Amino acid sequence: MDLLTIIINGLSIGGIYAMIALGYTMVYGIAKMLNFAHGDIIMVGAYTVVLLFTTSPTVGIISALVLCVLVGIIVEKAAYRPLRGASPLAVLITAIGVSKLLQSAAQIFIGSEPKGLTLNLGEIRLGSLHISVLTLLTILISVAVMAGLTLFVKYTKMGRAMVAVSEDRGAAQLMGINVNSVITVTFIIGSALAALAGVFLLFKSQSVDSTFGAMPGIKAFAAAVIGGIGSIPGAMVGGVVLGFIEAIFAATPLRDYVDAIEFAILIIVLLVKPTGILGKKRREKV
Amino acid sequence: MALLEVQNLEVSYGVIRAIKGISFEVNEGEIVTLIGANGAGKTTTMQSTVGLIPKKSGKVTFNGQDITKIPCHKVVHLGMTQVPEGRRVFQELTVYENLLMGAYSVKNKKADFKADIERVYERFPRLAERKNQVAGTLSGGEQQMLAMGRALMSRPKLLMLDEPSMGLSPLLVDQVFDIIKEINKDGTTILLVEQNAGKSLAISDRAYVLENGKIVLSGTGKELSESEMVKKAYLGG
Repeated sequence: MDLLTIIINGLSIGGIYAMIALGYTMVYGIAKMLNFAHGDIIMVGAYTVVLLFTTSPTVGIISALVLCVLVGIIVEKAAYRPLRGASPLAVLITAIGVSKLLQSAAQIFIGSEPKGLTLNLGEIRLGSLHISVLTLLTILISVAVMAGLTLFVKYTKMGRAMVAVSEDRGAAQLMGINVNSVITVTFIIGSALAALAGVFLLFKSQSVDSTFGAMPGIKAFAAAVIGGIGSIPGAMVGGVVLGFIEAIFAATPLRDYVDAIEFAILIIVLLVKPTGILGKKRREKV
Repeated sequence: MALLEVQNLEVSYGVIRAIKGISFEVNEGEIVTLIGANGAGKTTTMQSTVGLIPKKSGKVTFNGQDITKIPCHKVVHLGMTQVPEGRRVFQELTVYENLLMGAYSVKNKKADFKADIERVYERFPRLAERKNQVAGTLSGGEQQMLAMGRALMSRPKLLMLDEPSMGLSPLLVDQVFDIIKEINKDGTTILLVEQNAGKSLAISDRAYVLENGKIVLSGTGKELSESEMVKKAYLGG
C-alpha cells in the first residue's frame, strides 16, 4: 500500500473516530461524566439507516439523526439528570446500564441476527490511485463538521456558554447561564455526531448488530483520552492519531493486532502525559 | 422595603449545620458588609442567597419577589449577581470574551453592549489594554478587576462581592475598595463579604458580624469599627 492511500484511509477512519470522540469529550467537559452509552447511539443510528434504507437512503439518514438526538435527550433527562451532583461512580454505572439497555432493546425489537445492507458508491481514479467515494465523503463531511463545531463553540452565545460551563459551572450560573439547557444542547450535538459516525461506519462495514457501537465507541473514547479529555481540539487530534495508527498498521503484517496496539498507545500516553496531548492542568491563581 | 431580605436562613452540608438561621437585609443604595473569620459561613451565606447552593430553610426576597426557590441563573436575570471568592474568571477565554459572558443575561442591542463594555474599560483601564489576552495569564489583581467588570456587565441592581481583597497587595486592596465605593456611588447596591474588617467597615453603611453560622452583632459601619468586640476579634486590638 502506498503512502497516499494510508493517509487517505487514516483521515477517513480518524474522521469517524473524531466525530464520536467529540461526543465523549464534550459531555465529559460540560456534564463532568463519562457517557459510556455514547457508543450505542452509533448503533441506534446504524440500525435506523438499515431499516429505512430500502424506503429511501435520505429518509434513513435523516431519521437516524433525528432518532439519535431524541434518544440522547431522553437518556440525559431520564437517566443522568436525576443524578446530577451524585457520586461519579453512580453516574458511571448508570451510563453502563443505559448502554446495556440500548443493546438489549435492539436485540429484543430487531433481533440478534446482524442486518446487512449493500451499497456501492463507486470510486474515483487519480492516476494509479483508487479512492472510494465513501472514503472521500467521510473525510469531507467529518472535516466540515469539525470546522463547524469549532466555529459554533467560538462564535455563538451557546458555544461560549458551553466553554464557560465546562470551565466553572458555578461561575457560569452566576452569568445567568442555565446549566441544564447547556447540557441538553451538548447531548444533542454529541448524539447527532454519533449518528453521522454510525452512518459512515455502517456504509463501510455494510452490516450492523446490537453491539455495533461498542468497539468504535471504546476506541473513540481512547481517542478522546489520548487527545486530552474535555478538550474539543484534543478529541479531533486524538481521533486522527488513532485513525492513522489503524491505517498504518493495516498495511503491515501486524494488522491483526491493530486494536491491541491502539490501546497500548493509550496506556503509553497516559503514563507519559496523563492529561493527554492537548489536555492541561488547571492552575488556580491567588 | 429592603432590596434584599434574608429571613431565618439555614444551610447544611450533610449533617453539618453551616448557617444556623440568620436574618439580614440590604437596602437600596447601601454598602452592607458581612465580616467574620474563616469558616464563619460568609461564603455559604452568599452562595445560598444567590441560589448557587440549596437552602435548608428560610426565605429570601429580592426586589419584592420571593426568590427562595429560584435557581441561580434566573436570579441573575432578576438583577443580582456575585463576584465569587477566588475570582473564578474563565481562564481559557479572553478578557473580552469574559465580559461578553458577563452580559449573557442581558437582552440588549449591540449599541448598549458597546456602551456597557466601554464603561467597564473606563473603570478598569487595565482590562482595555489586555482585552485580547487570555484571562488565565492575568495577574491576581487583574483577574479581580475582570471578575468585577464581568459582574457589572450583567447590570446588577445588587452586586455581591465575596472576599474581593483576598490575596492582593496592600496597594491593590486600597484600589479595590475605592472601586467598590465608586460602583456604589453610581447606583449599584453592594453586599460585601470580607475578612479585611477594617477596610470594609470604613466604606460600609451597615455591617453584620458572622460567627459559627450566626449573626452575633450588627450596626452601622462606624458603630462596629468602634465596638470593643470587633476591635478585639477582627481589628487586631
